[in-house]
Amino acid sequence: MRLRYIAMRLVQLIPMVLVVTMVVFFVMMIVPGDPVMVMLGAVDGAQVSREVYDAMRIHLGLDQPLIVQYLHWLANLLHGDLGTSITHRTAALEVIVQRLVPTMYLMVGGLIIAVIIAVPAGVLAAIHNNTKWDHLATAFVVAGISVPTFWLALVAVLIFAVYLGWLPAIGYTRPQDDFVDFLKHIALPMSVVALNIAATVLRFQRQDFLEQMQQDYVRTARAKGLSERLVQWKHVLRNSLITTFTVVGLQMAYLSGLITIVESVFNYPGIGYLLLNSIRTRDFIVVQGVVLFMVFLVIVVNLIVDILYTVLDPRIRYS
Amino acid sequence: MKAQTADESASFERPAARSSTVLRSVIAFIGSDRRFIVGGLLLILYILIALTGPSISPHDLNAPDLDVRLGAPTATHWLGTDRIGRDVLTRIIAGSQVSLEVAAGAVLMALMIGAPLGAVGSYVGGKIDALVQRVMEGIMAFPSLVLALALVALAGPSVVILWFAIAFSSVPRYARLVRSGVLTQKEREYVLAAQAMGQSPLRILFKQILPNIMAPIAVQLTLDFARAISVEAALSYLGLGLSVPYISWGTMIRDAQDFLEVAPWLAIFPGLALAGVILAFTLVGDALRDRMDPRMRRSLSRRMI
Repeated sequence: MRLRYIAMRLVQLIPMVLVVTMVVFFVMMIVPGDPVMVMLGAVDGAQVSREVYDAMRIHLGLDQPLIVQYLHWLANLLHGDLGTSITHRTAALEVIVQRLVPTMYLMVGGLIIAVIIAVPAGVLAAIHNNTKWDHLATAFVVAGISVPTFWLALVAVLIFAVYLGWLPAIGYTRPQDDFVDFLKHIALPMSVVALNIAATVLRFQRQDFLEQMQQDYVRTARAKGLSERLVQWKHVLRNSLITTFTVVGLQMAYLSGLITIVESVFNYPGIGYLLLNSIRTRDFIVVQGVVLFMVFLVIVVNLIVDILYTVLDPRIRYS
Repeated sequence: MKAQTADESASFERPAARSSTVLRSVIAFIGSDRRFIVGGLLLILYILIALTGPSISPHDLNAPDLDVRLGAPTATHWLGTDRIGRDVLTRIIAGSQVSLEVAAGAVLMALMIGAPLGAVGSYVGGKIDALVQRVMEGIMAFPSLVLALALVALAGPSVVILWFAIAFSSVPRYARLVRSGVLTQKEREYVLAAQAMGQSPLRILFKQILPNIMAPIAVQLTLDFARAISVEAALSYLGLGLSVPYISWGTMIRDAQDFLEVAPWLAIFPGLALAGVILAFTLVGDALRDRMDPRMRRSLSRRMI
């Protein structure tokens, strides 16, 4: 049964992948100006020789009908060919994969810290509904939503790097080179990511926990004579964790944007920073590649979340 | 419960009584939710500031005053001065205009693209509906900020491009809202009655169905406003916002980065202005949503028991 569900989910992905790739492909098409010049990174009136221009035009297949161009591009994509970066002079996919590791540290670390903070805090806020703790949690959530990330990051730099001098403001060290230095560099960006995600997770965890507490199974568990603590931390938490998983999955798209901002503030060499640098150098093959890469990450994570559902809640089946 | 039924029957006989009941319940709602009061007042303040514009300040918006470069807040310059001695407060006031204008345009554009897509899909049904839905699902997989970044980078920043870039990823939300609204309303008696009277589908949509699904749309608009403001600020901060003569809070913070050590107020105050307006829209939107979401109301009333 579970395999059937996974298979159906995979089939459902096909139209979505088609739409996503079409959007990326046609967004590149609607760019004002000559796509050949744009692809060559020569938009500001720079001179390009005839040979280079024609080579690029044929390379891009612009002499063919649009639908053929799209299919050709899609076929290349399926082979992992995102094109060649103009500034790096290597395959775009290679450039992206190189930058992936630092981003993964930031994303995964930030998510883990966020869940560790937000899940217990959300449960406590729900159990002590309408008390000082609950109000404090709500204030944290509202602040987390209202305060712009890049500004929070700058204030963090101001306090911990400029005034206190505890941590470096920018940069990155690989963990295999100097682990302590790696931790020092990643501490601020990771905290900003974690705080931001924690606010959202806390909000949903608290709300779902409150709703779960009203369910019949809670009354049954209480009627059986189970202690309140056991009901809350075993029965209710288990059920509301499903919501938390969904929220984390839905946050993936948001997280890519968040990562881009945070990496920009801290000059942190991940794929978000790569995206901005490629925009600056007008290396549109890489821009396109990073956008596609991020979208596929979102789709894959949501697929994994859906499959994990069936493990967490055996009642979910494809219908 | 009894009082409500009495009111309704009274209003049936005397239509005038109904409007006063509505007004009373609106006032009661505003008074009952602190988020609505705080958020609403803050919002009015921001709108007033944006409407009056930088002309209320005694300082000139663009004139440099080299004697007070990077000046700390004083009695003359309440929020300090920037690297060429321009008054920060005056520029923040001017920034409120860009922030609200870009966000308003983006939100309206998302509604104007999304609502017809959802309406047509649900009204026609079949393959067109399925197609629209698949496209909307695809768009929802895009990280909104990253897509906006790419769009602005490719097409170059202008007010219309910003509207579109910020609106693009919210389109599915309106399409879905309108779609589900139309689907639930389309079988109701009043719609069937209008159809029997021979009204055109467009007329039914606008005159009959739309007023009945306005509430969730209004909530979505309010919450999207907050999101649009923060995306605009983020784009400007990343160097992809409107350039001179437009003044954006995001750009102000970007410029302030180089002076973080000597003049932190340059970064702090525009950020507070941003957080304040996002907070205002979020509070009002949340208060409205909790009021309208029947699920929330139920849990609220249960809690009261």
